[in-house]
Amino acid sequence: MIHENWNGFNSGAWQNEINVRDFIQTNYKEYCGDDSFLSGATERTDKIMSKVRELFRQERAKGGVLDIDTETVSSLTSYAPGYIDKENEIIVGMQTDSPLKRGVNPFGGIRMARQACAAYGYKLSDKVEQEFMFRTTHNDGVFRAYTDEMRSARHSHVITGLPDAYGRGRIIGDYRRVALYGVNHLINAKKADKKAMANGNFNAETTRQTEELFQQITFLGFMKEMAAMYGYDISEPAKNAREAIQWTYFAYLASIKEQNGAAMSLGRVSTFFDIYIERDIANGVLTEKEAQELMDDFVIKLRIARHLRTQEYNELFGGDPMWITEAVGGMGEDGRSLVTKNSFRLLNTLYTLGSSPEPNITILWSSSLPEGFNRFCAKVSVDTDSIQYENDDVMRPIYGDDYAIACCVSAMKIGKQMQFFGARCNLAKLLLIALNGGYDTSSDIHIGPQMSVIEGTTLDFDTVMKRFDKYIEWLMHLYVNTMNVIHYMHDKYAYEKTQMALHDTDVERFMAFGIAGLSVVADSLSAIKYAKVRPIRNTNGYIEGFETTGDFPKYGNDDDRVDFIARDMTHKVITELRKTPTYRNAIHTLSVLTITSNVMYGKNTAATPDGRGDGEPFAPGANPMHNREENGALASLNSVAKISYDDCRDGVSNTFSITPDTLGHTDEERYSNLVSILDGYFAKKAHHINVNVMNRETLIKAYENPEDYPNLTIRVSGYAVNFNKLSREQQREVISRTFHEAI
Amino acid sequence: MLRVHSLQSLGTVDGPGVRFVVFLQGCHLRCKCCHNPDTWDRDTGKEITPDELFKKAKRYKEYFGTDGGITLSGGEPLLQAKEAYKLLMLCKQDSINTCIDTSGAVMNADVRKVLSVTDRVLLDIKYTNDYDYRRNVGCSINPVIDFLDYLDSNSIPTTLRQVIIPGLNNDKENIKKLKTIRDSHKCVDSVELLPFRKICETKYQELKIIFPLSDTPEPTVEEINNLYKLL
Repeated sequence: MIHENWNGFNSGAWQNEINVRDFIQTNYKEYCGDDSFLSGATERTDKIMSKVRELFRQERAKGGVLDIDTETVSSLTSYAPGYIDKENEIIVGMQTDSPLKRGVNPFGGIRMARQACAAYGYKLSDKVEQEFMFRTTHNDGVFRAYTDEMRSARHSHVITGLPDAYGRGRIIGDYRRVALYGVNHLINAKKADKKAMANGNFNAETTRQTEELFQQITFLGFMKEMAAMYGYDISEPAKNAREAIQWTYFAYLASIKEQNGAAMSLGRVSTFFDIYIERDIANGVLTEKEAQELMDDFVIKLRIARHLRTQEYNELFGGDPMWITEAVGGMGEDGRSLVTKNSFRLLNTLYTLGSSPEPNITILWSSSLPEGFNRFCAKVSVDTDSIQYENDDVMRPIYGDDYAIACCVSAMKIGKQMQFFGARCNLAKLLLIALNGGYDTSSDIHIGPQMSVIEGTTLDFDTVMKRFDKYIEWLMHLYVNTMNVIHYMHDKYAYEKTQMALHDTDVERFMAFGIAGLSVVADSLSAIKYAKVRPIRNTNGYIEGFETTGDFPKYGNDDDRVDFIARDMTHKVITELRKTPTYRNAIHTLSVLTITSNVMYGKNTAATPDGRGDGEPFAPGANPMHNREENGALASLNSVAKISYDDCRDGVSNTFSITPDTLGHTDEERYSNLVSILDGYFAKKAHHINVNVMNRETLIKAYENPEDYPNLTIRVSGYAVNFNKLSREQQREVISRTFHEAI
Repeated sequence: MLRVHSLQSLGTVDGPGVRFVVFLQGCHLRCKCCHNPDTWDRDTGKEITPDELFKKAKRYKEYFGTDGGITLSGGEPLLQAKEAYKLLMLCKQDSINTCIDTSGAVMNADVRKVLSVTDRVLLDIKYTNDYDYRRNVGCSINPVIDFLDYLDSNSIPTTLRQVIIPGLNNDKENIKKLKTIRDSHKCVDSVELLPFRKICETKYQELKIIFPLSDTPEPTVEEINNLYKLL
């Protein structure tokens, strides 16, 4: 295929098949310089951004939600076009008809939509209520099929946060396809796939896929209609940089109008855009200043994206996140890095528009990336605390060089792989349930294999492990089955039509399980093994607390004795999960990631043998427990690096906070030291790190006087948040975390 | 065996780059501004073999980059020169950059061996005259200058460090003398003026030792920057 809008591009396989990676590889120009070429914000951008800041202020003043359209069900074409400043916007498109106004999306569950409206003083309209009275939602479907045991697991919080009442998210459409090929070509390709299916056997799987293709084709049509409402025809390929960004954004916008998934990530668009920008600059129709302005306007749109959530949801995923994750950098399979000038421009938005949690900028780190880029990333981290790093050198061999990150740490090949999101199970609680022979003291629920409470005045490590293994086997079987129910129903009642239209028809699926409380379990088992742990029993004979005497190795000090307990635990869990088959033959994966739910998980978990008190928060993700590190920051990083990515293919999240003075005397020293730390950590095959360079005092001040810190951004667990959007409880937990400090 | 006070896996202020810092136990001086009084006692600390310490340091090698490495600090690391040499020798053999942070008030055959495997010395020159040394450190300045002369004649890259204490050495005269000392020793390629800090006060309280400078104010960033201009 040849198209006039492709003039000036190098030809390749991408012209004959849908293959964005090939287009990028045959056309991008690596940039190995530094940040000196970058432009600042234009007057136009400043003007729009000041309007946006005012809207953010009003949103905060109204308790976190500016407005809700309770009359309309969110979909691609259900709202009139919305603008911030119609005359001056370069990239257009909004979720509803007005900025920061949230739409309702009851497809996941009507109850959730109702509660979310009520939480902010609104009432879901009768019109929407009636419309859904005769409609089965994803949530309805799930609860029809849930077994008693699944309900108990959910109720006792041993498995929590499952996407059974909201959109599962974690799917990344290849939004770039719309810009490169135009929608018409994508529709034709899907039609051809559907036609080809006619020759095969029809069974449940193929019939479902045929219907899905029908839905995908329909929604690609809606996407065109949506763009037309804004005055654009996206049938054909984009002809310049502005159109490439606009077309891509329309594709993303259509997805977030259709779905309110927990994480609606963007993919890896910046280097793709760079090809169009370079072509325009070469043709003399775009300047550097204008290129930055395009990226700025695009990023402003991403920063105002919102979904309507319930309070319960905010407890799990604090800070109103969208996880518009954009992967930047990384190496190509041919040895060139994928860093372009536009990688810098994207990072530069943190200066032109100020620091911000969204989009969730994720650097795919490799020691082979150009020095100028690594150094600029370090500078951005020190200045803004807004970006995270993931190890391209461990992911690239598995996912190739055109993968992206969904949510925080979930890697997938763009347009070729998707995942079924599965929140996480609470391993620390499971340990307590095991000790109590199938009883959870926190929720007063009997669950799992029923046996007598573990005996003895002190706990014996081997006896405990034997018992714990049994309960892990039980829970992982239940966990897979529960996920199978959820994702069957999600496909049936809330299928992601737009996003899946931007995938290959034959897609590889992951089923992403997770664990919370890894460091609590590791330290608890270490205490049982190396110290003396005496269980304290209540009048009914159940263990309610522990008295731990003596010292024991603690995770976070680069001590193999306990670090290997943590490592082996993840191996045990994934091995058990793999024993139960998954819905649609998805590949089992595991993450050690909690978002902000470590607070809620801790709240629902009684005292543990490591000395953690009843209801106290867990450490986030794979972090060591707060303030148990005794040998400094690198020892802590080394402990986390021992968790194997082979066992945890859905990511191992580590959040790292360090004071500026600990990182070096001068800014220049801080940048190069941070680069060394990242190089070292990733050379140890670690997977992920959030970097905060700040003093605890800053957070305490922001906690006490939030109005003085409206834009304070902090990385928490695979994403960044505006500190003020966390609950008070979540804020306190963030303040209590370890800040690595040299004395 | 080395007597170790503590280990810091991430040191960025005791020598160039990212460093594994071994704080050795024991010091024969009693500087009034000392911020580690808990390292004075020569009989306490945890005993660790040079080999074991080397293995620990090696776990951080990936983080050292082109400039980083190991730093021996203290206490006075050169009081344990014989064993320190073994540790630094192992590091050198493994291409790990070596630094020592010392008062320069110890010199003997073992110290000379240590210096033969040291890539950089951070020389904590407390004052620039003998009177202040005797009054506030408890030794003469002469061995320190001799130490620096030795570094110079052996071309060992050196950073001069001085803690700036208001009322004791924050005068122009002192900085001028420091400049003279620097200029007369080619081995000195950098000078660091460190602001006196009082966060160590709680350590003194815990040890039930009187902190002699509890009434001394901390210098401002501006004051330090102005002194730098005189160098």
